[in-house]
Amino acid sequence: MALTIAEVEHVAHLARLRLSADELEKLQHELSHILDYIDMLKEVDVSSVAPTAQVTDLANVMRDDEVRPSLPREAVLANAPDQRDGMFRVKDIF
Amino acid sequence: MEYLVTIGLEVHAQIRTQSKMFCGCSAEVANAAPNTHVCPTCMGLPGALPYINRRAVELAALTGLALNCRIEHNNVISRKNYFYPDLPSSYQRSQFDDPLCVAGWVEIAGEDGTRRIGLTRVHIEEDTGKLNHQADGSSLVDFNRAGVPLMEIVSEPDLTSPDEARRYFQKLQQLLRWIGVNTGNMEEGALRCDANVSVRPVGQKEYGAKVEIKNMNSFRAVERALTYEIQRQKAALDAGETIRQSTRGWDEARSVTVEQRLKEGSEDYRYFPEPDIPPLRLSDEWIAARQAELPELPAARSARFIAAYGLSATDAEVLTADRADSEYFEQAVAAAQAQGVGARDVAIWVTGELFRLTKETGESLGDIHDRFKPAYVGEVIALLANGTITRTSAKEVFEASFRDGSAPAQVVHARGLAVIGGGDALAGLAREAIANNPKSVADYKSGKVVAIKFLVGQVMKASKGQANPQAAQAALEEELGRV
Ligand SMILES: [Zn+2]
Repeated sequence: MALTIAEVEHVAHLARLRLSADELEKLQHELSHILDYIDMLKEVDVSSVAPTAQVTDLANVMRDDEVRPSLPREAVLANAPDQRDGMFRVKDIF
Repeated sequence: MEYLVTIGLEVHAQIRTQSKMFCGCSAEVANAAPNTHVCPTCMGLPGALPYINRRAVELAALTGLALNCRIEHNNVISRKNYFYPDLPSSYQRSQFDDPLCVAGWVEIAGEDGTRRIGLTRVHIEEDTGKLNHQADGSSLVDFNRAGVPLMEIVSEPDLTSPDEARRYFQKLQQLLRWIGVNTGNMEEGALRCDANVSVRPVGQKEYGAKVEIKNMNSFRAVERALTYEIQRQKAALDAGETIRQSTRGWDEARSVTVEQRLKEGSEDYRYFPEPDIPPLRLSDEWIAARQAELPELPAARSARFIAAYGLSATDAEVLTADRADSEYFEQAVAAAQAQGVGARDVAIWVTGELFRLTKETGESLGDIHDRFKPAYVGEVIALLANGTITRTSAKEVFEASFRDGSAPAQVVHARGLAVIGGGDALAGLAREAIANNPKSVADYKSGKVVAIKFLVGQVMKASKGQANPQAAQAALEEELGRV
């Protein structure tokens, strides 16, 4: 399945990746190849298999509504590239 | 041109739990210091395992039942993927194909009777963090709110005017508070509202392009924002423009809606089942247990007040606006009836004097319950009905009792408000009036019987209004017979 450059650009935007024209072209081919492999899976007959998102067979794993200690704020912010007033500081987005 | 208006509301309500949806961090985040209610799970750190809060699911199902929804047996939590700085894991846990509650309705009162507004779904999800925009072009992120349990309540596009949308939203707030699943506090963001609105010319079958309005933080804002947006769309269509599907924010200060940046479309959210959370399979027994937890709802209670106590529809509605108020009223009625006082008299005093006083103090009937006890209402009315106090004194006793919580009989005693009903005190006042007004006495003796009215007036004056006029006249007649 051949992807268009526009489709690659759209996916790159969703992943917040900035790609050069060369990279876009390279990924157009590579992603198209990957999709071709995925297409091969379509050949398998799954008409008798129920869709599944879980392989554990678990259900209803729930906890009681009880408060437990949170992290100390120093630990929360330990890896923040930038911080101010006990908060993570990021570039504004509108 | 004539247009039809179509509105649907999406209401986000914080589910009233102690802890967050998928971790044990406290959900009491309204006044917490930034980033003090966070842990590896709600921060989306690698390796953390989310565990669903049972109570949050129970309360969301309870909400669905109160909104006449069907509760679905098979529930899947899905990941809604998008990048935004307030979303630590880059996905929000929500429900997509399999919401917890579907196909409900609520009834709202209007000028021409009640109208049934359809509900598409109620699903559970987690809240995001909070961005604090700074003047220097940066944002400060507080993740306390991330992971707080929410339910999203989606209406059908059944609303036809801004006024109706506001009344529907108010009805939701009343119901959510009534069943105790939400505080209804809009200032703290515990209850929020987005709207989808479109207009189309009368006669056109298909809906107009849908515009989503965000950031309406009060009932008034909902009504004003929708009114503005409808006018904007009508004017644009009148001018031959086309309306694009878009998202706009309500700017309260400028009283306009402003187009917002395009977020990803629904197909771009790449919803998929959350692999870390096994599905919820809710049994019939589990759903029946939620049904059993459901209290009598306002509409049923209002109908019962009309049938059982003979209240007017207006009084019944006022007395069932808030659950604590309605419970206070019923306790007051029970105590009053034991003293031979009727429910309608209790309703008159509660909706009149009591609501006047609580409005002044800013309290609810739940707040005053332990001070001005429900039984006091009937006690004041009984003191008035049996002639112990006058109507003017009754209001004074009621208010004094409301302020400091003393029992009405105690207030009457302490302030000497009991009517002077007879006996020596009244006889003394009668003799005094006779001695001070020889002319009236002479008139009376000469056959002008009406002259006694003046003497009754003198006794009433001397008693500072605390005498019973009939008793005063009887005492005067007795004393005049002796003169
Ligand atoms: Zn947490």
